[in-house]
Amino acid sequence: MKVQDFDPRDYLRLNQFPHFLCPGCGHGIALRALVWAIHELELSLDKMAFVSGIGCSGRLTAYIDSNTFHVTHGRPIAFATGIALTRPDLKVVVITGDGDCLAIGGNHLIHACRRNLEMTCLMLNNEVYGMTGGQVSPTTTELRFTPTTPEGNIEPVFDACELARSAGAGMVGREVTLQTPALKNLIREALQHKGFSFIEVISDCTEIYGRKNDLGSSPEMILSQKSSIRPDSYGNVVDVPFRPNFLQTGILSENERPEYGEAYRGRILKQAPAEQSSSK
Amino acid sequence: MSGSFSLQSLQGNHACALGAIQAGCRFYAGYPITPSSEIAERMALELPKVEGYFIQMEDELASMGAILGASMGGTKAMTATSGPGFSLKQENLGYASAVEIPCVVVNVMRGGPSTGMPTRPAQADLMQARWGSHGDHPVIVLAPDSVQEIHQQTIRAFDLAEQFRVPVVVIFDEALGHLQETVDLSSAEKEQRVMRKWADKSEKDFQPYAITEDGIPAMARPGDGFRVHTTGLTHAESGFPSQKPEVVERNMDRLLGKLERNRSTIEAWEAFECEDAELLVVGVGISARSARSAVRRARRMGIRAGLFRPITLWPFPEEALRNQLDGVRSIIVPELNAGQLVTEIERICPESIEVKPLNRVDGEAIPPADILTLLKEQGEKVR
Ligand SMILES: Cc1ncc(C[n+]2csc(CCOP(=O)(O)OP(=O)(O)O)c2C)c(N)n1
Ligand code: SF4
Ligand SMILES: [Mg+2]
Repeated sequence: MKVQDFDPRDYLRLNQFPHFLCPGCGHGIALRALVWAIHELELSLDKMAFVSGIGCSGRLTAYIDSNTFHVTHGRPIAFATGIALTRPDLKVVVITGDGDCLAIGGNHLIHACRRNLEMTCLMLNNEVYGMTGGQVSPTTTELRFTPTTPEGNIEPVFDACELARSAGAGMVGREVTLQTPALKNLIREALQHKGFSFIEVISDCTEIYGRKNDLGSSPEMILSQKSSIRPDSYGNVVDVPFRPNFLQTGILSENERPEYGEAYRGRILKQAPAEQSSSK
Repeated sequence: MSGSFSLQSLQGNHACALGAIQAGCRFYAGYPITPSSEIAERMALELPKVEGYFIQMEDELASMGAILGASMGGTKAMTATSGPGFSLKQENLGYASAVEIPCVVVNVMRGGPSTGMPTRPAQADLMQARWGSHGDHPVIVLAPDSVQEIHQQTIRAFDLAEQFRVPVVVIFDEALGHLQETVDLSSAEKEQRVMRKWADKSEKDFQPYAITEDGIPAMARPGDGFRVHTTGLTHAESGFPSQKPEVVERNMDRLLGKLERNRSTIEAWEAFECEDAELLVVGVGISARSARSAVRRARRMGIRAGLFRPITLWPFPEEALRNQLDGVRSIIVPELNAGQLVTEIERICPESIEVKPLNRVDGEAIPPADILTLLKEQGEKVR
């Protein structure tokens, strides 16, 4: 198969279709970008493991034709830590949501960044708890409406990339689903990074969050992900920027800190003399 | 292993760690908590010698998740904790039950509720060990009563976990965790260790949750080409989610039935002086030790007392207990809680047998003398 002939269906479990995502949901675009990157890197799905939490984002692993683990809410990084450390022969990818990763699972994200164990974490940020009916999340834009913020959200937005960078993640990046080829390229970089790579994917919950806040049709929402990159031809179709225009995308930070698995094997396993008594 | 001396003087927690290594455990993830921390510390020392992995995680939720990840990848894995941490592990423990991941969880019990008494023994998590996670779920719980038995039962925990693809909880109290006794480490080496049934690569149309005769499906090892989906959503034989009533029922029947059908392998108990006993003491862990001593003294005084000690606490060896009940007039149940095991005994025993609880919740063990006093009292009554 040549790199040019990318057909996402080659990477998906077609017997699980039709998929369960709402029409226009951004998560599907993220899935396409992920398998596109895998295609270009010519990775074998047999030698990969995909771990996801609970949420609409978490459901994506069921569609990838690989070793897939749909675990508990907020814990995919913890499960992935056990797999990645003991199975360095597998390329481990975590798929998580803004609620899964930053609210209930926030502690695991911080420490995974700090440890820098090799895996790629894709956080699909749709600003909301899509799966449970669109409740407020740590990334909901201020003053937006959700069923649990009927008067508008008064909590400030969590910048996941800033958090991951400060916690020491080997690579941090952000991309919008609107720019699918750029997102694919960013995921490619992440999959090749030696260490913990964190990617925030700006996605949309069109059906629940979009409707509730009058954010327009699905295409309108996607176009407004970053109005600075909105093609001129669209004119003023989109008046409500979904996200501030100054949102930074691409690789935001990279460092060369030692990878945890390598450090463990290099220092701890090497120094431990086999069959030596430790009892006093 | 740890040295060439098979006889070692060890505390219960260290015996647990060494048993785990002998059983083939090569991954430990944990979070420090008294009175279990020595297990983690010993594992940190021992695992690298056998090319195993030790990792201190950020909390118990993460520890439990990490051992399940390691086990799904094919490595035998364990974590250890005490009350507050055991509570935090429950959700992922239920995940292990539901998707059938072999793993071992040790709970060194301390006084509760809440932060309770970190350095005092208790037996107040006996019911939590069975019912702590939500939903109907299979779990095996082993309750050793000596340092030697902690070593043996930890090894057995791994074997059972692998054989039945189920989480196994090893539960003992602070007193046993820190008790120092001589242990023969060689007993484990004579037996063949168990490894889960791996899916055969040549198998066509592999079903990860196939309903087989023994009820225990083969596991697909990631990387072997099976590309299986694992989910905590109720799933069909294919591994993919299903909520069709008939599919759910069929798969739940297998899941819950696999332990029921194999009770004879899973159950273990000790019957001490039970043959002609009129009075029976039923207890586990440190309370069973006191009971054994009380029974001995009672026998010397001519009281026909016996001890029935479940080593497999759950599933409770109820047939074995019933078989001891001929001629029994009263049962005493000493335990370091406000009355947990006693409810199970009351459920099993006919009403004609008087069941007497003997509880302590003050962080002290029950001394043999207290059990003896009750044996004497009951002895008078039934005469
Ligand atoms: C322990 C636990 N708490 C709550 C839930 C309910 N729940 C399911 S998905 C979800 C939020 C998902 O939001 P997010 O991670 O942003 O994913 P999205 O659906 O938006 O992709 C919640 C709260 C759960 N499954 N488990
Ligand atoms: S509810 Fe929202 S996030 Fe979930 S599938 Fe529908 S559009 Fe996507
Ligand atoms: Mg979300």
